Amino acid sequence: MRSVVQIRVKVIEVSDMSETVSTDIKLIVFQLDGKEYGISVEYIHGIEKVQHITRVPGTARFVKGVINLRGVVTPIIDLRKRFGIEECEYSDTTRVIIVAMDDVEVGLIVDAANDVIDIKEETIEPSPEVVGIKEDEYVKGVIKIDNRLLILIDLAKILDRKELKVESSEE
Amino acid sequence: MDMNQYLEVFIEESKEHLQSCNDHLLELEKSPNDMSIINEIFRSAHTLKGMSATMGYEDLAKLTHKMENVLDAIRNQTIAVTPELIDVVFLAVDDLEEMVQSIASGGDGKKDVSNAVEKLKLIEESQSSFVIDAQKEVAVATVEADEEQKTTYDEFERTVIEQSKEQGFSTFEISISLREDCLLKAARVYMVFGVLEELGEIIKSTPPVEQLEEEQFDQNFTITIVTKETSAEIENKVMKVSEVEKVEVLSITLTDSKNEIQSRSLESKAVELEPIENQVVPSEKATINNANQSNNNESKNHSAGKATSKTIRVNIERLDILLNLFEELVIDRGRLEQISSELNNQELQETVDRMSRITGDLQNIILNMRMVPIDTVFNRFPRMVRQIARDLHKKVNLEIIGAETELDRTVIDEIGDPLVHLIRNSCDHGIETPEIRKINGKSEEGTVILKAYHSGNHVFIEIEDDGSGISRDKVLKKALKSGIVNEETAATLSDKQVYELIFASGFSTAESISSLSGRGVGLDVVKNTIENLGGEVTVDSIEGKGSLFSIQLPLTLSIISVMLVEIQREKYAIPLSSIIETAIIKKDDILHAHNQKVIDFRGKVVPLLFLKDLFEVPIFEEEDEFISVIIIRKGEKMAGLVVDSFIGQQEIVLKSFGSYLNNIFAIPGATILGDGQVALIVDCNVLLK
Repeated sequence: MRSVVQIRVKVIEVSDMSETVSTDIKLIVFQLDGKEYGISVEYIHGIEKVQHITRVPGTARFVKGVINLRGVVTPIIDLRKRFGIEECEYSDTTRVIIVAMDDVEVGLIVDAANDVIDIKEETIEPSPEVVGIKEDEYVKGVIKIDNRLLILIDLAKILDRKELKVESSEE
Repeated sequence: MDMNQYLEVFIEESKEHLQSCNDHLLELEKSPNDMSIINEIFRSAHTLKGMSATMGYEDLAKLTHKMENVLDAIRNQTIAVTPELIDVVFLAVDDLEEMVQSIASGGDGKKDVSNAVEKLKLIEESQSSFVIDAQKEVAVATVEADEEQKTTYDEFERTVIEQSKEQGFSTFEISISLREDCLLKAARVYMVFGVLEELGEIIKSTPPVEQLEEEQFDQNFTITIVTKETSAEIENKVMKVSEVEKVEVLSITLTDSKNEIQSRSLESKAVELEPIENQVVPSEKATINNANQSNNNESKNHSAGKATSKTIRVNIERLDILLNLFEELVIDRGRLEQISSELNNQELQETVDRMSRITGDLQNIILNMRMVPIDTVFNRFPRMVRQIARDLHKKVNLEIIGAETELDRTVIDEIGDPLVHLIRNSCDHGIETPEIRKINGKSEEGTVILKAYHSGNHVFIEIEDDGSGISRDKVLKKALKSGIVNEETAATLSDKQVYELIFASGFSTAESISSLSGRGVGLDVVKNTIENLGGEVTVDSIEGKGSLFSIQLPLTLSIISVMLVEIQREKYAIPLSSIIETAIIKKDDILHAHNQKVIDFRGKVVPLLFLKDLFEVPIFEEEDEFISVIIIRKGEKMAGLVVDSFIGQQEIVLKSFGSYLNNIFAIPGATILGDGQVALIVDCNVLLK
């Protein structure tokens, strides 16, 4: 894995010389149901192991509850549920990615998170429309690296509080 | 130059100075001849001017400058203090406040100040031209006085001189002239210093020592010394240093000389000002008295200033962070205690015990740090009441008691608006116009008393007025009309219950709707806000005598006492303030009434609320024959919360869920328990609605 990353970095460096206007984005890569996703590192406050989650009644189904994150009560969103993917038991690799956007800070539960990569902004392509599952709404674009497909998620949509209300009123 | 780093300090200090202006202007209106007050205002305005000019806020500086001119004229007795004048100055202060506010919220602090400037200018120009002459005269007099005493002393040096005088030392000013052909002036200075240091303590030299050492002076220099020797002795000894041409020893007693300057300058001013002063100030004597008084006051203020210098400004966010970190520590302490009791190692146990005690003390200190005197809310009211009174043509005297009462800042932040409303209400609907008061045999000036005090775990804030009180008939009529009560219940209500009706929404008794209050949306909002803070508001009144609004608030919102309970595998915290008592009852004792499970609790039928159903708690084990019930109450309503077991009573820190999760039914927040887990807090008031 590591060697792949290094090679990729080199490739990017080479292209860097030819295109001076491009911007670099650093992404945290995480796994969900066998697929790879990316979030820009600027939104990420930390990656934690799963700890005791306190259920909060009367909230949307994808809100797992709250955790004590160094003295701050932080809501936790189960990203599988959020994307409408079937739930699975938490394992050793399960992680909570703490993300912050504007004044909102929440944790996202993912299957695993273990990679950081640099990409060029212009390598992001619009998402292909064929997929047609719920997670599609939350996709900002896709990035092809070698034979990997990285899905860039739209954090603002995931953290949209309007959906919180819609979901909870459905229940 | 980048001023951003100073901006925060600038804003804070500006606010303080403006508040001081406000306070002192109000005082000034009461005692227009008190020079010390004018001086205070002047000082604040002057500092503000300097600061804003440095920071590049020109409008702010311009307006303060004009204000300063007017204040200066008042200080020099050329303008009399009238309510109209105070109004204009207040207008200026309002503008200043607005500008500072704009700067604080990231604006440029620009504002059209021409209106206020124009008004100030008009006042300023009304002073006659010979005043300026008088000022010149004063300046000259001061210079003359200064020449007599060659050195001026700052506050610190004065203190030293005064103190040494008290201890039997005398202070001399020694003027030394060296011979013109003196070659090694620095060496001679050094020798003179050597001689004088043997005789006593040198407290000052003019020019300063550094300049003397570098020979940056002609032939003369002055040294001030505190000593027990006589002046002749000093003169002799200094003369022994070679190349010293002349030594002059002048004994100084500071307070006298200072007063001399003051009275001299005032005398000359008084003479010059006589024509105008006859109109403005009763007599020349009064001026001097005032001046002396102001002198005293100034020194008093100075000592007060020293006392406050022991405090530092800390950003409230930092305190929050500190509290958060501390809570982390408490959680770890809990773990340590557990480990040490398991290991049973005496040394470890002792250390952990010690740590527990220290963290306990630390907790008290940290929590106390977050307490803020309620004065921060009260201080804007005198100004507000004055304005209301003038707008309504009433005479209102606001009395503030207990402004030093401390409250957690979370409460302080919220309590301002409800209080504004209640005070406006008292001034508007409570206090009558002077004419009516006179007819009713009251003094023309109405009184509103604002009082804060601690009692038990609560803080009480009372707003009392000696106005017309609440009319039972009027309230009832109004309530019937707006459908808040029906006729049957109306007849059964006690006076107090009737008065409480004014807190109902859509209620307003004022016969004429004024711009201040009486839109009928006020008091119910007040009640809601206070209840959201976990407080209560009540009203009592005697018609014709006045009314009393009483607000009861918890000391702090961030730390509350709760009963921890367990429901299946989840823990919930129920605020003790809502709990009457706990009970364990047999399942057979549950009765059924209209599909609702109830129990007979001390002769009352109390409905049961099953928290596990309400909160959809996942079930792991079946309940047994007995159920645990917590009886909660809000006003007249009661209910029994059914839980699985009681864990115990605990002080907890209330934490919000942040902005992502808010408005969760019956759960206003959460807390972190000793084991690091999060427990949810139950809002009983919502459950009882």
